[in-house]
Amino acid sequence: MSDSALLAAVVADDEEGPALTVLRRSRHAAAASIGPWRLIASKLLRQRLAVAAGCVILLLYAIGGLAEFLAPALPDAARPQYTYAPPQPLHLFRTAPNGTTQFGPYVEGYRIAVDPVALRRSFVADTSRPVQVALFVRGPAYRLWGLIPMTTHLIGPVVSSQPMYLLGADRLGRDVLSRLVYGTRVSMSIGLAGVTVSLVLGVVLGAVSGFYGGVVDTLIQRAIEVVSAMPTIPLWLGLAAAIPLTWSPLSVYFVITLIVSLLGWTSLAREVRGRFLALRGEDFVTAARLDGAGEGRLIFRHILPSLTSHILAVVTLAVPTMIVAETSLSFLGIGLKPPVVSWGVMMQDAQNIRTIATAPWLLIWPALAVVLAVLAFNFFGDGLRDAADPYGD
Amino acid sequence: MATEPLLSVRDLSIDFALRTHILHAVRGVNFDLRHGQTMCLVGESGSGKSVTARALLGLVDRPGRISRGTIRLHDGIDIARLRPGGRAIRRVRGRRIGLVFQEPMSSLSPVHTIGAQIAEAVRLHRRLDRRAARARVAELLRAVEIASPEEMLDRYTFEFSGGMRQRAMIAMALAGEPEVLIADEPTTALDVTTQAEILDLIKRLQIERGMAVLLITHDMGIVAEVADQVAVMRFGRIVEQGSVERIFYDAEHAYTRRLLGATRKLERTGVAPRKSEVSPPILSVRGLGKVFEGRRRMFGRATSPVRAVSDVSFDLFEGESLGIVGESGSGKTTVGRMVLRIIDPSEGSIRYRDRDGASVDLCALGREGRRAYHRDVRLVFQDPFASLNPRLNVKQIVGEPLLIAGIANGRALDRRVAELLDMVGLDPLAMERYPHAFSGGQRQRIGIARALALDPRIIIADEATSALDVSIRSQILDLLIGLQARLGLSFLFIAHDISVVRYFCHRVAVMHRGRIVEIGDTATICSRPAEPYTKSLISAVPNPDPRAKRMLNRHRFTAAA
Amino acid sequence: MVRYVLRRILYMIPTLFGMSLIAFLIIQLPPGDYLTSLVANMTSNGQTVDPAQIAKLRQIYGLGDPFYIQYGKWIWGIISRGDFGYSFEWNQPVARLIWSSMGATLLISLLSLIFVWAVSLPIGIYSAVRRHSFGDHVFTFVGFLGLAVPNFILALTLMYLAYRYFGQSVGGLSSPQFEGAPWSFAKLIDLLSHLWIPVVIIGASGTAALIRILRANLTDELHKPYVVTARAKGLPEHRVILRYPLRIALNPFVSALGWVLPHLVSGATIVAIVLNLPTAGPLLFKALVSQDMYLAGSFILVLSALTLVGMLISDLLLAALDPRIRYDR
Repeated sequence: MSDSALLAAVVADDEEGPALTVLRRSRHAAAASIGPWRLIASKLLRQRLAVAAGCVILLLYAIGGLAEFLAPALPDAARPQYTYAPPQPLHLFRTAPNGTTQFGPYVEGYRIAVDPVALRRSFVADTSRPVQVALFVRGPAYRLWGLIPMTTHLIGPVVSSQPMYLLGADRLGRDVLSRLVYGTRVSMSIGLAGVTVSLVLGVVLGAVSGFYGGVVDTLIQRAIEVVSAMPTIPLWLGLAAAIPLTWSPLSVYFVITLIVSLLGWTSLAREVRGRFLALRGEDFVTAARLDGAGEGRLIFRHILPSLTSHILAVVTLAVPTMIVAETSLSFLGIGLKPPVVSWGVMMQDAQNIRTIATAPWLLIWPALAVVLAVLAFNFFGDGLRDAADPYGD
Repeated sequence: MATEPLLSVRDLSIDFALRTHILHAVRGVNFDLRHGQTMCLVGESGSGKSVTARALLGLVDRPGRISRGTIRLHDGIDIARLRPGGRAIRRVRGRRIGLVFQEPMSSLSPVHTIGAQIAEAVRLHRRLDRRAARARVAELLRAVEIASPEEMLDRYTFEFSGGMRQRAMIAMALAGEPEVLIADEPTTALDVTTQAEILDLIKRLQIERGMAVLLITHDMGIVAEVADQVAVMRFGRIVEQGSVERIFYDAEHAYTRRLLGATRKLERTGVAPRKSEVSPPILSVRGLGKVFEGRRRMFGRATSPVRAVSDVSFDLFEGESLGIVGESGSGKTTVGRMVLRIIDPSEGSIRYRDRDGASVDLCALGREGRRAYHRDVRLVFQDPFASLNPRLNVKQIVGEPLLIAGIANGRALDRRVAELLDMVGLDPLAMERYPHAFSGGQRQRIGIARALALDPRIIIADEATSALDVSIRSQILDLLIGLQARLGLSFLFIAHDISVVRYFCHRVAVMHRGRIVEIGDTATICSRPAEPYTKSLISAVPNPDPRAKRMLNRHRFTAAA
Repeated sequence: MVRYVLRRILYMIPTLFGMSLIAFLIIQLPPGDYLTSLVANMTSNGQTVDPAQIAKLRQIYGLGDPFYIQYGKWIWGIISRGDFGYSFEWNQPVARLIWSSMGATLLISLLSLIFVWAVSLPIGIYSAVRRHSFGDHVFTFVGFLGLAVPNFILALTLMYLAYRYFGQSVGGLSSPQFEGAPWSFAKLIDLLSHLWIPVVIIGASGTAALIRILRANLTDELHKPYVVTARAKGLPEHRVILRYPLRIALNPFVSALGWVLPHLVSGATIVAIVLNLPTAGPLLFKALVSQDMYLAGSFILVLSALTLVGMLISDLLLAALDPRIRYDR
């Protein structure tokens, strides 16, 4: 208050100002010398939903990052005897035969029952054969990030040969939970990689378009129009179908990323260009030009800082499109292919109604994962967009 | 004099419940509107005058709320008590009280014809069929002096000029034949000659129809020209009210006096006469012209080129302030931008005499030469909000030109920025703050400090004071005059407001349709203009003296197209 | 106005050209040319191959020529003879296959579009006017879900629920007993009872998006000065909203047709594959999987052209709605 009094003395104002009744102390009152990024952060943190969504996103990436350790089993460890084994509920407390209850997580084993009428096999929980479960157990060997050999898993059966299917098993008796965890790595990373490629494409083309103007600008804008007017899924299908079956999973992964981002860059480029042009015309940019700032300084010191928070929001909102695109393509069988595991690849097993009816968990878990990821990105992106302009209020 | 008021406001208070505080926008306001009288509610931005006007029609939007008081019509209806959106309040709106807004463009629907919008108002208050309503609309348009009304009522708002839109808006407000007309800053968005016409019209309609008029304005000149009664508002209170004579000649409240003082001050000149110049001009413009090429579109007709400026010539001397004055679209801003070389001139020459006395042809300057030129010639912008980068703090904004020119950095930069801030009357301690922490006037000071950073010789001020309230405006002008005396600066002062130019400039050039119609001594042009256009322009400016109304007896200029 | 329409139509030509280039690129992408596959396919089916006919086909489609000549021949075939190429998988001209499935595709896309508008318009108005009410929060939440659930997952879920709780299979557009039966009232009812599921599924995300757009735009418009003017005239509240801000907030709503249609066509493709509808989707998919590229590329081109027509219609509607566009301001 003291230095604003000083300022007031200079302009010789003696009246008190508008009449206010303060309800609660605003943190902004003291924000006069707080930088824009801290303002954005504090504005973002005020939105609970966006913060929660941000946590979910972080959690999903953490799961993807530590997939090998978090998954109880290997994603492609097939055990035909457990084909379509249903999920086992996890019990935390065990009742000993003498009646005492103590902590000791376990799942119930399986028994095969045969329906005498339909003659169909089905799995029934076998209460007499509990499978002991523990944290940090020794399980199948893996290499963390393909480098560090390890055998410890976060959770798993104490005797690793016993079955533990917390989320059920698929057609080959593979553990759905483990596949889901590994799928998180692929699906979430493809979203990130796709959006990065899109951003680079969008920014480069947007900048080229804005910088050269004229014919180049017109051509790029028309190209954007053409691509964004074409129905995306047929186009994705067309491009993805051309990937030769003989390619390695890794190159397929990269090409799919490229395809997915190739069609996502248009909206990014349009957004970047539009904001860029709008900012170019702002008085403060003209002022900087008159201050002697060269093209580079103009862009990097005066235009981009106002742009980055908006770009960040747009990028966040573009990730779900990428994830859905990958999922759709893989689901149809022309995206990622086994042995790569992604949410879309998992759902490929759930293509016909008969399979879904027998083993609904094949659809439910990957679908929930997709929806959760998409929702999280949407909520977080929305919050970011609202916070992107810290002086908007 | 009718004694019975048509509408009386008692103890009116309006609160806005905001996130962190309650804003008491209007506090205990009392006034009466009488038959055939004009009441002016005058105040600076944020004084609560517009909210008060809207409250009379029950149009206070959430989170605003009338917390106390009555708004009583002469037949006893208390508008403050009527249910918002209910039938009773709708009978008041339009039929008892008509409303005219500041921005006629945004206040009229862009997708309906003018006729349709007025006809709707007509049919709301009278049972008329389509044909009769149309005839009535034409009649109303004729009443507001719109030529060939039958044709005009099928036009859209964007086909109207600003003045015509405001006339249409007034016609709409008259549709229900209200007893009270509220005009909220009806001429602020208009040019001064159009403003005079609209105020004329309102006055005439008032006399014809015997309405009570409540005119909201920030301009004491307008008050003096049209008011019978005046209420001065500040921070939600009416600090003083009375007859226009009493307010202007016998004001009691300090704020009223200060407001009048700031306005009257601009009726005089504030600069010392310049000693006659023998040295050659620092800036010399000859035959300057600009044609904006039409936009070319694929498969479309190219829009035709527009001539914005033609054959403009003037000299600017050292230590002199030259005003360029004109209405919107006169080309004055384009001239400023061409002198700055932000826009390339289509024809003509601009010569600048640099510090060594060498004459530089600005049109032939390359990139480097232009950069050097921009050190000597600086710009102060109109909009104090848009011209400061919200993401940089004051030190970074003011220090930017010094940093780029490599003149100072580190400690020296801090010292220089502090010195500059001190020079423009800001606390140097404020340099770590971001622009959003400052008021409009303070921001304009920051902009001036930035312009001074490189020790310039010429400052181009493009409407530098028009976004500011009148009391702040004269402070900024005094600051610039002081700086001129101290630093020997030359000013090219572009403005639409003649009083500002009269106060600040030694000489003035009057622009109209891209040409300079008259150039000369400010005193001469303001008191004895030679050209008919200048005469009409000068006489249309409201005079803040109710005993010498200038605008209503003004000289009218009929433009030869 | 005529000039405006003409300009919009002319404007479509370069876009269409760009689209055809991309479609042709997709035709050319898989390795090997298509006649070789055709010959291999025919011989493996035990058919005899007439070398003269192959040579003729090779000449017609310009195989072996450089890219631009092949493209020229393909596009000229389409323009002059309506010849999109030949499908070796179906042993039929591509054009016949496309037109046979286009009816159902159009029907479903149009119905979805109507569904999207019919649902999002009232909800959007309600949400904007009663902002932050309970109903608004419910719609916003459902809308977010609608945007987040990819429509093929929605289709699978609905299929599962229908099967599980009603024992009904929801695929296709007609029940087996009506397959191939002549048109009758009963068949129409049967068709409609099948149709609503894909329409709702395909329309879901578009509806959610449009509700958000309308809500945001109408909220902005509600605070514009011209709304206050309308109120100050003495108009009742519902007439104020319906006549003024809604009229203007409809602009983005109408122009949304431009992107909603590609979106619907796109979504319809994958939903149709899942639900096994007789539309372009499954046919395109089969063509891609068996690398029947002329069929696939032509489908992509025709679907793109369809969305372009949708954009044209939205432009014209917009001009009819907004004089500023009509008068080119």
